[in-house]
Amino acid sequence: MKRLLKLTAKQWITYSIGFTALITAIVLDMYNPYYVGEIIDRVIMNGEMAYLRTALVALAVITIGRAVLGYVKEYMFDLSSSRVIVDLRKKLFDHIQKLSFAFFDKNNTGELMSRIKEDTENIMHAICYGISLLVEQIIYFGVAAVILFMINWKLALISLVTMPLIEYVVFRLERQAGRLYEKISDQRAELNMTAQENIAGVRVVKAFGREKYEILKFLKKNEENFRINYDLVKSMAKYNPLIEFLSNIVIVIVITAGGYLVIGEEMTLGTLVAFSNYIWMLIWPLRMMGWLVTIVAQCIASVKKINKLFDEEPDIKNSPEPKIPEKICGHVEFRDVCFDYDGVRVLKDINIDARPGSTIAIMGMTGAGKSSLMNLIGRYYDCSSGSVYFDGIDVKEMDLHTLRKNVAVVMQDTFLFSDTIEENIKFGAGEVSDEVFTAACRDAMVEEFVSQMPDGYQTVIGERGVGLSGGQKQRISIARALVRDAAVLLMDDSTSALDMETEYAIQKALERRKGFTCFIIAHRISAVKNADEILYFEDGRIVERGSHEELLSLRGRYYETYREQYRDYVDALEKEVV
Amino acid sequence: MPINNFREDEELVQSLNITIIKRLMSYLGPYMGPVIKTLLLMAVVIMVELSNPYLMKLGIDKYIAEGDWENLFLLGGIMILINVVAVVCSRLRMLIMGRVSNSILLTIRQQLYSHIQKLSFSFFDSRPAGKILARIIGDVNSLNDVFANSVTSLIPELVKIAAVVVIMMVMNYRLGLVALATLPFMLVTFFFISTVSRKRWQLHRKKSSNLNAFTHEDFSGIRVVQSLAAEQETSGVFLELCNEWKDSFVRAVRINDFFWPTVEMSWGVGTILVFWFGASMIGTGTITPGLLVAFSSYVSMFWQPIMNISNFYNQLVTNMAGAERIFEILDIEPDIKDRPDAKPLPEIKGDVSFRNVTFGYDEGQTVLNNVSFDVSAGQTIALVGSTGAGKSTVANLISRFYEITSGEVLIDGYNVNNVTLESLRSQIGVMPQDTFLFSGTIMENIRYGKLDATDEEVVEAAKAVSAHEFIMKFEKGYYTDVNERGTRLSAGQRQLIAFARALLANPRILILDEATASIDTHTERLVQQGIRRLLEGRTSFVIAHRLSTIRNADRIMVVEEGGIVESGTHEELIRLKGQYYNLYTSQFRFLNDEEEAG
Repeated sequence: MKRLLKLTAKQWITYSIGFTALITAIVLDMYNPYYVGEIIDRVIMNGEMAYLRTALVALAVITIGRAVLGYVKEYMFDLSSSRVIVDLRKKLFDHIQKLSFAFFDKNNTGELMSRIKEDTENIMHAICYGISLLVEQIIYFGVAAVILFMINWKLALISLVTMPLIEYVVFRLERQAGRLYEKISDQRAELNMTAQENIAGVRVVKAFGREKYEILKFLKKNEENFRINYDLVKSMAKYNPLIEFLSNIVIVIVITAGGYLVIGEEMTLGTLVAFSNYIWMLIWPLRMMGWLVTIVAQCIASVKKINKLFDEEPDIKNSPEPKIPEKICGHVEFRDVCFDYDGVRVLKDINIDARPGSTIAIMGMTGAGKSSLMNLIGRYYDCSSGSVYFDGIDVKEMDLHTLRKNVAVVMQDTFLFSDTIEENIKFGAGEVSDEVFTAACRDAMVEEFVSQMPDGYQTVIGERGVGLSGGQKQRISIARALVRDAAVLLMDDSTSALDMETEYAIQKALERRKGFTCFIIAHRISAVKNADEILYFEDGRIVERGSHEELLSLRGRYYETYREQYRDYVDALEKEVV
Repeated sequence: MPINNFREDEELVQSLNITIIKRLMSYLGPYMGPVIKTLLLMAVVIMVELSNPYLMKLGIDKYIAEGDWENLFLLGGIMILINVVAVVCSRLRMLIMGRVSNSILLTIRQQLYSHIQKLSFSFFDSRPAGKILARIIGDVNSLNDVFANSVTSLIPELVKIAAVVVIMMVMNYRLGLVALATLPFMLVTFFFISTVSRKRWQLHRKKSSNLNAFTHEDFSGIRVVQSLAAEQETSGVFLELCNEWKDSFVRAVRINDFFWPTVEMSWGVGTILVFWFGASMIGTGTITPGLLVAFSSYVSMFWQPIMNISNFYNQLVTNMAGAERIFEILDIEPDIKDRPDAKPLPEIKGDVSFRNVTFGYDEGQTVLNNVSFDVSAGQTIALVGSTGAGKSTVANLISRFYEITSGEVLIDGYNVNNVTLESLRSQIGVMPQDTFLFSGTIMENIRYGKLDATDEEVVEAAKAVSAHEFIMKFEKGYYTDVNERGTRLSAGQRQLIAFARALLANPRILILDEATASIDTHTERLVQQGIRRLLEGRTSFVIAHRLSTIRNADRIMVVEEGGIVESGTHEELIRLKGQYYNLYTSQFRFLNDEEEAG
């Protein structure tokens, strides 16, 4: 709430213009009945025709004034609240982006989207219509109360007797609606999530012909959504008419109590008539309470949901005194590194010394911890014990942005944005010169297929690179890493969808580039054999390490893989030997 | 097919206001009973509301003035009574109407969702997922109050207006016309406002959709964003899109906020005119002062409901953009659907034939050109070729994920275009290149292949692909949650699970599109051993780049430049000394060239 108030306060200028317009309009509005009354009394009943012109001019001024002020008011509130929401969204977005991988491993995109969109919209509703309406009604109520007290304080006091009751009902409604709105907000997130997954996984859905199953799955969520919303209807139907009833009862109280006072001659009939004319000004705001309170409850529910996200601390934070190496060479070292994930030890006692410019290749079974190892270098996770050093500085102490800027990653999951190929390659790299761009595209073999596209690098690709083949996507992500000219390049199984020729060409190009430390995860011998050191992983441990030749002579896991992949060749070689 | 992205606004065909409104209101059709009940209940409530001030006046003017205690209390009693009736009625009204409007939202959302399920890949390929989501969630939500208010505010207010107009006309038609004089001005202004603002609301919805698309992409690609340290850039894009969203909103309200002042002006000027003319009519003696006084109060009674209706109209204009976007999708005919005379494909053996198949994703661009081949049941076919040559396309056409331009795809002699999609796809198991797992347990994910599979069957499938071992290493075994897209698993593990899922479906035809690319050679060999028995008698298509994966295939087809250039067994193709031979020997060349150089 505090955060929201701060953001709202930032728009104080437009808000105060809005409030000024609102209050002025109310003041003008109060004169309206006066002039109408005067016209009736003086002009129509007493024939004071000369007064007519004055009164009508006054009415015209009021009308125009109210119209102009009304416009100013609405526009200012719309303007300010939309500005607040932009700020809030930006803050939330930046915060979410700061959270670490571990957070995203546990939270769904659909839910996060729902928070940043639907929940902020709920808040916007409250700080726009909600606030202006609330203030308006409070003023009307206050003015009415003052007038009523001036007319007859005893009667005024009596007519307010249902107030505590109304307040109680409103309070109950607020509590119930708040609870329900929280549920609705969660339910909406779930609906969003279900639909989001379905659309993202549409290929699987269609491949298995599971459309009906998916429709039924969604129907369940949809019906749940209906039920909760209907629960809200029920609680509003329970309390809102009650609030209306309690405010209408004020009239009965006024005439019975007023009658008592008049008959007891403590008050004149004229006073009672005047009193009864103003009582409506008191009743209307009361009747609005139910509606207002639900807007507030919805807003609070959404604020709570958003705050929960804001309270989420990133596990991986920049150290309070971030260090920056004097010269970035790309020296990566693992010293006795262990890494646990979800209570399972994924990496055990890892020691690696990757000198600047060297290439380390990693092989091993699926789930052996290869990607986890990569994730520790850019500090996407923190190791559980031991340390990872970048140019001699523990990555936990190093400035996170500098670290990541200098570690270019080609991830296993090639993720591309729905944007042009050029934008995708330059993504996040800042200013990229034409030479760097061309060189990266040439080395990653992107040039080869893009040059055949009619729109070339301006070709727009679909989300996640839809429209490109798996190999083309991988090549673009390699180019994306290359334009960054980083000291360390991590390639996580990023050539698996490439045909051998292309893979070879890229490999050659990378060797020509040199000057950076490279970690490669691959399954094909051809991709790893030239590395300075090959590490073979099993169950989170390095079980074999050495150069291609050394590992072959070891006749272990690596050799087995080699044999499998080059069966004929190995057979032929061995025959020769024999 | 133009691809839409998060920077670009969607294109929409503009339809007439009235068509959309009619279509929206048609959803109320099935609820005529509840709607009528609501109206009757409202009538009661309104009557009570109207009689409250009247009874109060009566109490003051008559009973209090006369000191008539008895009747005063009686009156109080009656008032409490009728207000209790009103409470009950308005409660029932809210329940009934709340049910109706929420049911309609449920229907529309479900209709939209079901329709989207029917659409083909080209629909999904051409727009970001976030934009589709925006329609299912945001646009449907925007219709939230439209239905309830159309009944609860439009109809009763119209009745009120009609009643007041009749009364005014009967009292004095000339003064009545004067009172209504500003109405045309208001209507014309409304028309103008709504025409302009509708376009602007439409734009606002599009901007909102763009924002949704970007948020979706950013959050689902967050790992890439963070690994490229591109947060500042994405944050910049987000802010830009947010500001566009805001600006489009502000532009829309700039026009839209004229609604109220217009009513205000019409009301005010109308009242002034009535007094002006009324006063002169009293002067000429045409009307009595009493009539003018009464008349002036009717003027307020006339404008109050108009205010409410304008409010509703305003809401309708604001939200019509949402309705338009929903209907646009509902109106898209899926390009791939069962033909009217489609028959279910009987249980197949697994023969697959392509006859002169030509296909392109975009018009004018061909990916496959006049491709023909025959595969008999039980064969394993490997597709090799450079990236982008059309291997996945061949696989996609067997399941009829796209419509071919010319030629025929036959399964057991049945043209895939003439059988029902469900019967076709349920007999083909596909492992797409992009491994996708749903959030849920491993068990649920594998079971997706066969919804009624027992736990044993699931485990069996997992064992066949050597996934059992690693699954059991998790604390919760098969009940481990894998999260969205399976991010908690390694890529290889994900592929194994997807593999198990495809196997469990027990398809006659199995398509493995780089199914083992992320799996190490050792595990791959285990998988091959494990599934050998399972694959017996099944037709399988394997796309792979690791030649060790494909050399055991019954037939290898080399796809190049949109056609099949070579076809045969490993040995045959090696003897042919063509493309495959080059491909095959190149791996050794690549292996050796370094050594020679070194």
